[in-house]
Amino acid sequence: MTDYSQTLIDLGYIAASILFIVGIKMLGRPERARRGNLVSALGMLIAIVAVLFECCLDFTWVITGLVIGSLIGLIAARTVKMTSMPQMVALLNGFGGIASFLVGWENFHSQPDNTLFVQVAVILAVLIGGVAFSGSLVAYGKLAGKISGRPILISQHRWLNIAILAALMICGALLIYFPPGPLLYVVFVLFMVLSLALGVFGVIPIGGADMPVVIALLNSCSGLAASAAGFIILNNVLIVAGSLVGASGLILTGIMCKAMNRSLGNVLFSGFQAVSSTAATTTVQGEPKPITPEEAYYILEAARSVVIVPGYGMAVAQAQHAVRELGEILENNGAEVRYAIHPVAGRMPGHMNVLLAEANVLYEQLAEMDDVNPIMETVDVCIVIGANDVVNPAAREIESSPIYGMPVINADKARTVLILKRSMAAGFAGVDNPLFVKENARMLFGDAKATVQQLVAEFKES
Amino acid sequence: MSIGLLIFVFVLAIFLGVELISKVPSQLHTPLMSGTNAISGIVIVGALTATGSGADLLGTLLGTAALIFATVNVVGGYLVTNRMLAMFKLRGREKK
Repeated sequence: MTDYSQTLIDLGYIAASILFIVGIKMLGRPERARRGNLVSALGMLIAIVAVLFECCLDFTWVITGLVIGSLIGLIAARTVKMTSMPQMVALLNGFGGIASFLVGWENFHSQPDNTLFVQVAVILAVLIGGVAFSGSLVAYGKLAGKISGRPILISQHRWLNIAILAALMICGALLIYFPPGPLLYVVFVLFMVLSLALGVFGVIPIGGADMPVVIALLNSCSGLAASAAGFIILNNVLIVAGSLVGASGLILTGIMCKAMNRSLGNVLFSGFQAVSSTAATTTVQGEPKPITPEEAYYILEAARSVVIVPGYGMAVAQAQHAVRELGEILENNGAEVRYAIHPVAGRMPGHMNVLLAEANVLYEQLAEMDDVNPIMETVDVCIVIGANDVVNPAAREIESSPIYGMPVINADKARTVLILKRSMAAGFAGVDNPLFVKENARMLFGDAKATVQQLVAEFKES
Repeated sequence: MSIGLLIFVFVLAIFLGVELISKVPSQLHTPLMSGTNAISGIVIVGALTATGSGADLLGTLLGTAALIFATVNVVGGYLVTNRMLAMFKLRGREKK
């Protein structure tokens, strides 16, 4: 190959890197986000075309891989329901991780006598990619309800994880110091298995409510794994794109942790104390006041300002369309309607925003917690739909509560709080919620979607 | 390419990533995550290289498997993100 064409390929990589950076920048602004995604997709296309001009590609396999992968991706993206979006993102993220893992394996398989630098990159790509893959699969299972969302603990779990980490370090050191040969391959296979095990045993003790943090962190991992793969094939575009994703994932992880007032370590390891912490919670005194949809209708009919707080329960009941209909009816009735969204409501960062957007709720009606809390006292009715921990006043009032200090939406400060809930069961954190027995709280028991539809029907009849 | 230069690029890109993301409204967290997830499919470039450089059939198969997974990540990731972002509507454009 001539120097000239290599320069063109390099220019392609530079163009791709710039498009990724601009694309991510645009993704951060609502009005330009969609174009930002297209810009970054264009960058990806340029990077793929550029690498196709590099030497020695086997085009039968390349085309086979590209066609099969594109078809699966296309069908999956077209058919996935909006309510299943968290698990879809988890699954796709896992695929990115396994790709880095396999690139590392291929390199070890084909060139076992590489330089020390590449060896370290292979080890990191396999380790981080493997954790991202198996961790994402477990997260997928939890989000899709295929495995229990509650923290799962095996006896001596903490020691098991420490043992896996220690074994990984020993294998990693052996991989660097051993000469190539069949024995080294055995160590490498062991290292791969341990990496996958670390992802499984690391994520499985984490509860479903903490999944927003876990997904953001795994997203960061798959980016860093891609970056490590970039060090293997000595390619700048992988390093740039991978580390951009790695950094952004870490920032998102930090934002999620802050929204729960917990440290990352607490999220990752709190499952270990799951049993002891629930026993220590104080029980709440008082009786909840259940009402019928008809009574709720009279309350809403008179309301001039309404704030709707959606939670995971809305996603489970797939009530977002019914909720939007109720919101529109309330608006036509002369009320000002806003949706207050807690950063960790649902199972993915921004989960509720996606569902409400799917139901055609206007972007401007979606408000963040910090914008709603100061005006909560002027709100006539706050409707809590399938949310629990994110509106729990215990976070402000009860110092012994496990969620004390977590920023919450102050639903209890509205004149009336309507709570749509399936039963009196505690939320995901297993914490009692004093909101339900407050003087101004009214409970509407039942499936969120059915209840909202009943409310809509009450408005239409009158 | 020298190792030092690669690490240099890596560190600078990390800082750039931190700067880019630090002020994103929470409404966009999901599309941002799914969009950056699609970008991490850039490993497709590594997978393409690996597909070509396999020393034997197993090497090629490993590369091809990596390529399939990475392609699903890229294609699925961008389409899903686009679908989500298409739903965010601004007032005035489609107000009934």
